[in-house]
Amino acid sequence: MDTVITLTLNGEMVSARADQTLLDIIREQKISLPTLCHMDGLSERGGCRLCAVEVQGAPRPMAACVTPVSEGMVVRTHTPELEAYRRMVLELLLAERNHICAICVTNGHCELQWAAAQAGVTSVRYAYLHPDLPMDASHGRFVLDHNRCILCTRCVRVCDEVEGAHTWDLAGRGIQARVITDLSRPWGASPSCTSCGKCVQVCPTGALFAKGATVAEMTKEHDFVSWIIRGRTKREWVW
Amino acid sequence: MNRPELQALAEGELAKQKEFRCRVLCCASTACLSSGGQEVRKALQDELKAAGLLKEVQLVATGCKGLCSRGPVVEVESAGGERVLYANVTPEAAQQIARGHLAGGQPLADYQMDANSPFFTKQLRVVLSNTGLIDPERIEDYIAHGGYAALAHALRELTPEEVCSLIRKSGLRGRGGAGYATGLKWDLVRKAPGDKKYVIANGDEGDPGAYMDRTLMESDPHRVLEGMAIAAYAVGAEQGYLYVRGEYPLAVKRLEKAIKAAERQGLLGSKIFDSGFNFRVDIRIGAGAFVCGEETALMNSIMGRCGEPRPRPPYPAQSGLWHSPTLINNVETFGNIAPIVANGPEWYAALGTEKSKGTKIFALTGNVNNTGLIEVPMGMTLREIVFDIGGGIPNGREFKAAQTGGPSGGCIPAEHLDTPVDYESLTALGSMMGSGGLIVMDDETSMVQIAQFYMEFCMDESCGKCVPCRVGTAQMHHLLGRVLAGEATAQDLQDLEALCKMVKALSLCGLGQSAPNPILSTLKYFRPEYEARLRAPAAAGAGQEAA
Repeated sequence: MDTVITLTLNGEMVSARADQTLLDIIREQKISLPTLCHMDGLSERGGCRLCAVEVQGAPRPMAACVTPVSEGMVVRTHTPELEAYRRMVLELLLAERNHICAICVTNGHCELQWAAAQAGVTSVRYAYLHPDLPMDASHGRFVLDHNRCILCTRCVRVCDEVEGAHTWDLAGRGIQARVITDLSRPWGASPSCTSCGKCVQVCPTGALFAKGATVAEMTKEHDFVSWIIRGRTKREWVW
Repeated sequence: MNRPELQALAEGELAKQKEFRCRVLCCASTACLSSGGQEVRKALQDELKAAGLLKEVQLVATGCKGLCSRGPVVEVESAGGERVLYANVTPEAAQQIARGHLAGGQPLADYQMDANSPFFTKQLRVVLSNTGLIDPERIEDYIAHGGYAALAHALRELTPEEVCSLIRKSGLRGRGGAGYATGLKWDLVRKAPGDKKYVIANGDEGDPGAYMDRTLMESDPHRVLEGMAIAAYAVGAEQGYLYVRGEYPLAVKRLEKAIKAAERQGLLGSKIFDSGFNFRVDIRIGAGAFVCGEETALMNSIMGRCGEPRPRPPYPAQSGLWHSPTLINNVETFGNIAPIVANGPEWYAALGTEKSKGTKIFALTGNVNNTGLIEVPMGMTLREIVFDIGGGIPNGREFKAAQTGGPSGGCIPAEHLDTPVDYESLTALGSMMGSGGLIVMDDETSMVQIAQFYMEFCMDESCGKCVPCRVGTAQMHHLLGRVLAGEATAQDLQDLEALCKMVKALSLCGLGQSAPNPILSTLKYFRPEYEARLRAPAAAGAGQEAA
């Protein structure tokens, strides 16, 4: 679809291709909008709800990552209400598991931490749920720490869509949901895992990290997936 | 099968039924079976056999009669059309009925229910017209009561456009809760481009206390199938799915039997009624997740994927099952179709209120004398439902609130008892029609506990895909726990309200968007109950001293 449409974004008229999402346009316009489950190159999930924006005429805010643009849309990305909602979502995430930055491998390199800092989260008003969660260090090179997982499912999607292994998936539902490898076997015993490490690179927090990393040592390649996909589509590695 | 054959089958079955002096209708739906209906039927059978009456008296296992709190229920229908209804029948009572009434011809005074009580006279049975009168496991009985004639009429005399406009004119709205205009939805699917389309009946009823769909599927499965077939013809689908909750084994068994019987009679399958229309129905059984009642999660479940909702648009009418246009309606909505096609849209549009047409089935439960399944015209007041049909509050207690719409709905207090029950009025009160659960509460009920009960339900049933619902419901549940324990402060109450607002606005699907409703509606009408439980504020001046 090459049809060009026009919409109003934060009071400015902008044009877009009809097959783009609101988030695409918001990023093109260099408007800063937090996202956690979205990752360029992966399918959209629409789960973290941080990118919710106000669309005139819609009964409630819409997640920009999964909302297609349409002609004449009037969109606002930063109203006091939306910013309050975003802070609440971030506080909910921080209270859900055991996010203790001071002893986290990704301290300083964590997308949840950045988003919270940017949104001005200085304290958490909700009760810390402190679930008793295990770690899986059975893999030779990587570690899974459920305490830091925010269930964005980037690992699930990258493993399925880019690596093609589909080692990762979800088990349980609601507050009990967990990421699992194969049919909830220890990661190290997973026959489908190729040990490619893509899941570790896309993980926004310290839930997946390389063995041996200690506090604040784990950094991640954030354009890892786009880089692979670009290489593949342009056949950069074909001899 | 063609129409003369259908007619002949109906007449043959009616003639066969006329050979009996009377029909004894024993309720065989889940509620009566659990209170001993099976034993009662066996006792009647044994007694009739011993007396040699089996050739004169026909014993029929029927669907629900509605008065579930008084089960097992047995009705004796004589050839002259007289009806005597017995409630709370035990096997010993069944023997007495067989000896006294069926053999002796003298109705028993004991166990008899007054058929002229408001519980029966105030109801209007459209969807449930066959329920409790026919044997759900025999297609002949359904056909004898006019079954499949509407399908024949639609296939032979109406075009798909005409069927859609007929449903549109009737004013029927979706019975799953949201109340979208059914005819409009059908038209959208009919016009959607695509050579393969699907029809889904949503029988994943999960609201606590609600059992309208279960009863319809158990008591009159062919009514649902006929409605689905008419819908499939109207939208151009050849495949249908009936998504039934895993907790409803009896409904599944009867639906399976009904599908087989309809296929054998040529009422489902290829070239139905000698037209070019083919339609196949398959059953899909849910695995116990409430969220699978949400349409996009339900479709994921049918396709064998994880039962998680997905963002809309695209709506199922554009892109549903395997990216094909899909019509998805509630089981009760399909139950309305055959009567509308048979009696015409004007007849249907004359029932109910201006914007909510027809009737609605409610599962009346809680602190009310007559708990059971009722069908009333839209627009009846809550007072009539609770006090006339329901017979009022037991144990001399006072009415406090009625909860409608399950975990997505809210509590309606006594001052709004005269509200007509229709989609708009209930929404305006902060509740919703929902699928039809109606729980009555007396003045001993703690509304904070009720809110916490529903929040626990939503927390357990949240799929976990989006953060507001997954963590928000857990935090709301926690905050309500603090209120109940007397530990909450005014600040906690403020946080709770703000959280409710956010979860309502930001959640991905209907489950999360409506999960705060039980809290918001109880806060609206029963705020003092919350405030009475708050921790007393620290003594004035304490803060200044510390400073």
